[in-house]
Amino acid sequence: MKGVFFMINIIWFFMIFIGIIYGALTGNLGELNNIILKEAQEGVTFAISLIGIMSFWLGIMNIAQCSGLIKSICNIFRPMMKMIFPDIPKGHPAENWILMNFIANMFGVGNGATAFGLKAMEELDTLSPNNKKATNAMSMFLIINMSSLQLVPLTIIKIRQDYGSINPTSIIGPTILATGLSTLVAIIVGKIFERGN
Amino acid sequence: MLDIISIVMVPFMVFIILVHGYIKGIDIYSAFIEGAKEGLKTAINIMPYLIAIFIAVGIFRGSTALDMFIHLLSPITNLLGLPQEIVPLVLIRPVSGSGALGVVKDIIGNYGPDSFLGNLAGIMMGSSETIFYTITLYFGSIGIEDYGHTLKAALISYIISIFITIFIYGIIYNAQFTLFNI
Repeated sequence: MKGVFFMINIIWFFMIFIGIIYGALTGNLGELNNIILKEAQEGVTFAISLIGIMSFWLGIMNIAQCSGLIKSICNIFRPMMKMIFPDIPKGHPAENWILMNFIANMFGVGNGATAFGLKAMEELDTLSPNNKKATNAMSMFLIINMSSLQLVPLTIIKIRQDYGSINPTSIIGPTILATGLSTLVAIIVGKIFERGN
Repeated sequence: MLDIISIVMVPFMVFIILVHGYIKGIDIYSAFIEGAKEGLKTAINIMPYLIAIFIAVGIFRGSTALDMFIHLLSPITNLLGLPQEIVPLVLIRPVSGSGALGVVKDIIGNYGPDSFLGNLAGIMMGSSETIFYTITLYFGSIGIEDYGHTLKAALISYIISIFITIFIYGIIYNAQFTLFNI
């Protein structure tokens, strides 16, 4: 199963490979120069733009960690967490960060969620025997994350408003339904794959 | 109601956490500084992964290879019964968030924000994530190269969710339509 191993290698290679060949065929190579410059800069700008808000959230969450608030919140969700992430030992910090990431995602605290998610991965990594390979817990965490958790789609509401919708926020209900179902599907699919391993 | 919740959420969380820490007698200032130090480290750590994925997506999109890809795949997606207008969105969404947003704007612009397609595009955009960006960012940050079943599972869930969304929203929309006509 070579294709499964290091999938990112293959995807990354082919996106650039096909892009350059297709660009050459369609006479778009000049444009590609600009894109490389622009996107490299964009990566740096984006990472730097995250520093402030990530520092803020990690600082605030450290207070909640020290005061025991996170622990109390996690206790409420522990049964659910145990079911979704059976491999994480009870009381391991990974649990806290995963929950914080889910909560921040749900309420659309986008960059805060990223900060917590990265901390969660860091903690999950300490539980991993092979530090090049994703564990079941890491996979499940990301699969849920990529299923989208955000309750209120603020960007979409804004666009609807701009285009003169009669009721821009009427999309919230169906979106929450769709998001809930997609997360449920994600957990089930993730569990099926876990069982197959 | 819910948009109010998401606006007050950040100040509310900060308030509760600070008050709780203060009552518990924690050295809140030192705790904040201690945590905030991690922010810089994390941001620098993820920078190369962001650059890598941005450039790959940028080249793939900018060369119009993505458009070609959509064109090639459209017979398959048509066969599956996806509405023609939604197909580009379905294919771009996992790869590029800004690209997908552009498509959503097109659809809403062309068909109106309150049309079936306009609503569907909005719901699909709001209930999915940029899978490739998320996966490279999070795995990259801890140096994981073998993703195991993660990407496959995420894409399969994504596809299943699209069909569920189209199906259920179809029912909701028709029900509304019937109600308003009575």
